[in-house]
Amino acid sequence: MNADCEISVTGLRKSFGPLTVLNGIDLRLKAGERVAIIGPSGTGKSTLLRCMNYLDRPEAGVIRIGDLTVDAATVTRQQILALRRRTSFVFQHYALFANKTARENITEGLIGVRGIPLAEANRRADRILADIGLSDKAGSYPAALSGGQQQRVGIGRAMAMESDLMLFDEPTSALDPEWVGEVLDLIRRVADGRQTMLIVTHEMQFAREIADRIVFMEGGRIVEQGPPAQIFDNPRDERTRAFLRRVG
Amino acid sequence: MQGIDWAYMAELAPIILRYVPLTLTMASIAMVCALVLSVLLAIIRIQRVPVVDWAVGLFISFFRGTPLLVQLFLFYYGLPRIFASLTQIDGITAAIIGLTLHFSAYMAESIRGAILGVDRSQWEAAESLGMTRARMLRRIILPQAARIAAPTLLNYFIDMIKSTSLAFTLGVTEMMGAAQKEAAGSFLYLEAFLVVALMYWIIVEALSFVQRILERRMQRAFQR
Repeated sequence: MNADCEISVTGLRKSFGPLTVLNGIDLRLKAGERVAIIGPSGTGKSTLLRCMNYLDRPEAGVIRIGDLTVDAATVTRQQILALRRRTSFVFQHYALFANKTARENITEGLIGVRGIPLAEANRRADRILADIGLSDKAGSYPAALSGGQQQRVGIGRAMAMESDLMLFDEPTSALDPEWVGEVLDLIRRVADGRQTMLIVTHEMQFAREIADRIVFMEGGRIVEQGPPAQIFDNPRDERTRAFLRRVG
Repeated sequence: MQGIDWAYMAELAPIILRYVPLTLTMASIAMVCALVLSVLLAIIRIQRVPVVDWAVGLFISFFRGTPLLVQLFLFYYGLPRIFASLTQIDGITAAIIGLTLHFSAYMAESIRGAILGVDRSQWEAAESLGMTRARMLRRIILPQAARIAAPTLLNYFIDMIKSTSLAFTLGVTEMMGAAQKEAAGSFLYLEAFLVVALMYWIIVEALSFVQRILERRMQRAFQR
């Protein structure tokens, strides 16, 4: 993790067929900043995150992470790999490797992407498993884990990569209510470590607690952003107010 | 109708049995080669490699569109003409080449389907870590596709074992060829071929048994 790694997104655009999902997004994150994105469904929040990892390919826009610049107009395969190696992604539906145990899910990226030897990768994975409270599940396959446990491994897998930016795509939306608490607790601890993170969430109270800044999106644009107190207590834009009334 | 000469059949069985290893060897070699080839073909199809993809499409179309027997004859008589150094190709080699190419065309389609059957989230998770395409396939996608494709591939293997009997038409003395030779002396053709049929049947049933055990194991896989 690079301590003074600034991250910026400029003019990001993405459409699926005739549907414009991202309509020119500009966003900056300081190192160690924790930013939560809120907004109505289908407004491009997840797509923004996915574009920042090139899981979805933006049509236009520049993403900068420290000294790495990725311009959609000239992007190469190598740049996409480099970008993905400096970011990590936590999926809504966990997306753990079904053919790998909990420990192997964590070591896979360390060994295969970071080139860390197996023994060292296993040591790191065991430390992370202890950290996420799943040491006893190290040898379990995802199918044998609860939703909450799977998502904790998903977060552990992302943590292991020690990336400059962690992206959380609605990490608790697919969970049964009984597992939400433990996953939020873990994300809170990651946030406490001043990991630069961008999180899309519907948990307003949680966003308010852990975020340095809230970004409100609607219709593929950033409508308003600011410190949690300002957005939640004194939203300026009528659309933000309407949304908060609906969810509040 | 004449009665069946059971005693002759019992006499013949150990003779034919000696050729079972050859049958299994031909089928096993062809199966391993076909597996490697069909995985490559499937990946080319999925990645839509330009030009090569078109060639693979043509390959699959030809080997699915013509009878195996015709293909075997084409290799047996054709290869020595194309490659002058091969003044002659032995029947076993021609049969293995033919079986490999023929079955790989079918298997490639099954494997392609299995690869596409792996959940999209598995690709995305691997991509998000910054894995290269090759590593992603090798470590994450193919192991899961193998599970999906295994029952179908075992069926192809069974089919392949039976298809080795066609090597007899290329002059290979395998189970069928041996039966033919024996019967030519005794004129007891029905008995000879009945022995062959029974032997294939037993081999296939044994394999089906293994297949059922494997499938049950695979259901349980990834669940510890």
